[in-house]
Amino acid sequence: MSLLITFWETLRDILPIAAIIFGFQYIVIRKPVRRLPQVLAGFLMVWIGLSLFLVGLEQALFPMGELMASQLTEASFLPAVAEGAQRHWSDYYWVYLFAFAIGASTTIAEPSLIAVSIKAGEISGGTINPLMLRIAVALGMALGITLGTWRIVMGWPLQWFVLVAYCLVIIQTLRSPRSIIPLAFDSGGVTTSTITVPIIAALGLGLASSIPGRSALMDGFGMIALACLFPIITVMGYAQIAQWQDNRKRPAANTPGNSTQVSKGDSNAL
Amino acid sequence: MNFLFSLSRQLRDSLRDLAPVVLVMGFFQLIVIRQPLPDTLALIDLLLGLVFVVVGLTLFIKGLELGLFPLGENLARAFVKKGSVAWLLVFAFALGFGSTVAEPALIAVAARAGEVVSQSGLIANTSNAQDSFAFTLRMVVAASVGTAVVVGVLRIFKGWPLHLMIIAGYVIVMLLTLAAPSELVGIAYDSGGVTTSTITVPLVTALGVGLASSIKGRNPMLDGFGLIAFASVMPIIFVLLFGIFGLSLMEGAS
Repeated sequence: MSLLITFWETLRDILPIAAIIFGFQYIVIRKPVRRLPQVLAGFLMVWIGLSLFLVGLEQALFPMGELMASQLTEASFLPAVAEGAQRHWSDYYWVYLFAFAIGASTTIAEPSLIAVSIKAGEISGGTINPLMLRIAVALGMALGITLGTWRIVMGWPLQWFVLVAYCLVIIQTLRSPRSIIPLAFDSGGVTTSTITVPIIAALGLGLASSIPGRSALMDGFGMIALACLFPIITVMGYAQIAQWQDNRKRPAANTPGNSTQVSKGDSNAL
Repeated sequence: MNFLFSLSRQLRDSLRDLAPVVLVMGFFQLIVIRQPLPDTLALIDLLLGLVFVVVGLTLFIKGLELGLFPLGENLARAFVKKGSVAWLLVFAFALGFGSTVAEPALIAVAARAGEVVSQSGLIANTSNAQDSFAFTLRMVVAASVGTAVVVGVLRIFKGWPLHLMIIAGYVIVMLLTLAAPSELVGIAYDSGGVTTSTITVPLVTALGVGLASSIKGRNPMLDGFGLIAFASVMPIIFVLLFGIFGLSLMEGAS
């Protein structure tokens, strides 16, 4: 039954987009779609695949994730504290570890990130390894979520974290190779679509409701915001490290913008 | 035959992509938490669910490569050939708005945001006021994504540098954060993250890359990406602006 509902809901998601695309194709462009049968087969596969994926998530990963999030934040699981004493933030170490591990591993399986990394690998002509890109994003995601859980435990305002992260992003943007910047900014947005959000939301809500003085409604928000920012930082960091190693390998050409790809990119961007 | 071969390779990739999640969950369940599964979660259901996830992911990615990617790129090319920027911008807005307005994640976040805002007394504490707030928020976010895709497409045409625009966006966000009601800040930041759905991302990426590779003098790597980035910053700006100027206009605002 839930299978049918999910199929219907996914269809409702795809249909408006398909209507817009085919509408413009036939009414404005007025040209038949190239290889229509293949495109339609592709749409059918996207529909069936996404529906199965969502059903599977709801049947296996989401209940497990939510169960584990609530088990890890339960008072009986945490180390004992003296009556009335304030719990130290480091008591939640398993929560931080879980947040890190689950953030990284679900990002690796994120379909829209796979899509973007395939395109990036294609366009860059092999200079960007899709899997390495996804690992860099996953690391940033893990950092962002871990910091988000720590923020909830400490009860500090979200604005501080976001503003500091923004400053970091701006500084890095000015210093990293031009050609990676658009991709880095995009990878911040793609990480939080299907699989990660429900699990980290459950973790945030469980944590906020188990700590005295936090409201689940107010403090549960904000995890996603940090999870969007940190992948930008790690992807640019990855590019900076790659460039630095490149420069070190070829000390003879060690002038700013020596790699051909980057210097070409620079002249195009300016 | 060729198709089946590539499908089986994709299946292997999907298994590899899912393995870390299964390992992490297994490790924490068996070694850290060490509690039996509740009766509502049968092991066989979990395994069946995982099979669905793997098969679904495989079909989805293959379907993208067969259908959505070529369609998006061909459409971008056709628009450039036709030379009608106005229609392209209309299309960009429709695509951004249409794919966001019905997004389940956005509907869920908007409903929860309605609760938060009415609890904090910014709007009346009635389900009517909550519903109308949630609906308005959805419209604001959908319009912001539409605007973001339009701005992103314009950028590809004009060749404006992305990093300066995004930094400008961040500065606007920071300034608006200081002025916006604090209850709305978390909601605004999160709404930037939920707007980019699994179908929108590949399509918008294909559109950007297709445009950048068919306009002369544009580099797909430099100019093709970046549409998603706009789509994640613009909603924050719109929702913060809505919190500063629009909220007091809402029915039942206090």
